[in-house]
Amino acid sequence: MAKTLFDKIWDKHVVKQIEDGPSVLYIDKHFIHEVTSPQAFSGIEKRGLTVFRPQQVVATADHNVPTQNQHLPIKDELSRLQVQQLIENCKKHHIELYGLGHPFQGIVHVIGPELGITQPGMTIVCGDSHTSTHGAFGAVAFGIGTSEVEMVFASQCLLQSKPKVMRINIEGELHKGVLSKDIILYIISKITASGATGYFVEYAGSAIRLLSMEARMTICNMSIEMGARGGMIAPDETTYAYIKGRQFAPGGEQWEVKLNKWKQLHSDEDAVFDYEIAVNASEIEPMITYGTNPGLGIAINGCIPVTDSIPDEGERKNSIKALQYMGLEPGKPLLGMPVQNVFIGSCTNSRIEDLRLVAALVKGKKKNANVQVMIVPGSQQVARQVQAEGLDKVFTEAGFDVRQAGCSACLGMNEDKIPAGEYCISTSNRNFEGRQGAGARTLLASPLTAAAAAITGVVTDVRDLL
Amino acid sequence: MIPLQKIQSRFVPLPMENVDTDQIIPARFLKATTRDGFGKNLFRDWRYVNNDDTKPKPDFVLNQSEYTGEILLTGKNFGCGSSREHAAWAIQDYGFKAVVSSFFADIFKNNALNNGLLPVKVSDDFLAQLFALGNESTLSIDVDKQTITIDETGKQEIFEISIYKKTCLLNGYDDIDYLLSNKQAIEDFEMNR
Repeated sequence: MAKTLFDKIWDKHVVKQIEDGPSVLYIDKHFIHEVTSPQAFSGIEKRGLTVFRPQQVVATADHNVPTQNQHLPIKDELSRLQVQQLIENCKKHHIELYGLGHPFQGIVHVIGPELGITQPGMTIVCGDSHTSTHGAFGAVAFGIGTSEVEMVFASQCLLQSKPKVMRINIEGELHKGVLSKDIILYIISKITASGATGYFVEYAGSAIRLLSMEARMTICNMSIEMGARGGMIAPDETTYAYIKGRQFAPGGEQWEVKLNKWKQLHSDEDAVFDYEIAVNASEIEPMITYGTNPGLGIAINGCIPVTDSIPDEGERKNSIKALQYMGLEPGKPLLGMPVQNVFIGSCTNSRIEDLRLVAALVKGKKKNANVQVMIVPGSQQVARQVQAEGLDKVFTEAGFDVRQAGCSACLGMNEDKIPAGEYCISTSNRNFEGRQGAGARTLLASPLTAAAAAITGVVTDVRDLL
Repeated sequence: MIPLQKIQSRFVPLPMENVDTDQIIPARFLKATTRDGFGKNLFRDWRYVNNDDTKPKPDFVLNQSEYTGEILLTGKNFGCGSSREHAAWAIQDYGFKAVVSSFFADIFKNNALNNGLLPVKVSDDFLAQLFALGNESTLSIDVDKQTITIDETGKQEIFEISIYKKTCLLNGYDDIDYLLSNKQAIEDFEMNR
């Protein structure tokens, strides 16, 4: 029977199927970080268990780490204790930890792929909803809660109900100045923040095939923002070329063996999806959000929708509340509106390609005097590459604040926060109320759109600067 | 996990949609290494003025004494966003045993069930009826029969839950007990890949 890419991988990992219930699903790789793992460790310890397959677990510290002076002890006591707890737990349970100071440390969804740990055909989980990022390699990757982290520690398996599968076909060519971030913001704006709940999404089509791995990761990363359990893209030559030669990529004879397996990983031609959507890439413009969920987005040169015209009462109320929080008016454009902050970073857009795009745009320019610009590489490896290419000088000369690797101002947990009431054009993934700090107002956009605002100090159509 | 069979209680209405887990429990309160005590920061930024827990916002429902109970009633797409299980812990620690909505985000639903917090998915129409009830009204939820009933009118709706999860809830079993009982099958699977 014809199968989707998702089905092929899922079915190969089912240890047991409970009648009228979930499957026992085997997990190949389990990433952990300091925030969602401590209670899982204490959970298995309380049961007198040890981690069942520690060699399949990889840990890093990212959410709670400062992005300056990482060589010094963490100032915030609770953050320091949580990171310390991770160190102790990993030591006790023989888990590889790329903690602060380690050359591989970084945002968990940046380091997995760049180290070659993330590979096609795998099942991958992490106590973090943006685990969907790893799906860009043709893996079934999804975020889990702490009880589930505990399950994987205990048994290397999870009890999961099989989701439905949706395919989003994106055909055609992207306009200049339009990035993969714009593709995913466009899709979410069309299908809403809950439009893919219950589904696993496969992104396909000619526009996807042309994207780099970094760009594909940005798309899969934000699958959760439309409610999807995960997102994935079938592996191809771009995928293999990215993985080859990386630290933990298969080498020698193993490479060919793996490659032959990976080449089977695509949806069969007559595979049936539960839902399919077609998107025309040439209709996508640089996108920006105006509200407090990632589905509330518009083309950069568009106007904020008029709330009176929203037919659904619940959605209308949401929209009014969102605009109140954001201090914005319906019917008005965002172009030209002053912003006080620009944040370039997060598991969505902090990879070397993102930073190269930003550097190319800002080279020889200065940031606007009224804007604070924070640029945060996703990992120590990205930071080293930034230095090797001299991009850090470009950023410093432009007046950007270049930080060390971590989740930073994406989630208002560590020291990096956006002040209450201020606007921030952010390359991250969530514009929820208070996400970047209590009272902060987030406008999600691509790295190019963020860089353009850094230079002009206002919401800008980056195409005017290209 | 503590078994959950029946709930009869008043409810706390939060008629908002797309309530994300950053609102349920903001990230700055995720620094604890235990599961306890998250309830005091439930809906923190909606509940207090300027993050000051001595200044409750009078218009927020958790600060209105006329609303109380073990059931949280809320709009569609509840629990979207971050996978933080702290959201389920916070709701439970505050004293809720069930959340009623017309639509739940996937990860939140799993997290809730894994902690014995019951997500009850009802139709849009039934949800509207519930929101229209007075604050003295009570609801009855029966896990075994999979029913939610408005006590004063007897109006009832059946909600879905898998047989497996129902058994877990009714008996207080958790997934780890089940997975551990399958250790041999898991090791065989690893051998035969």
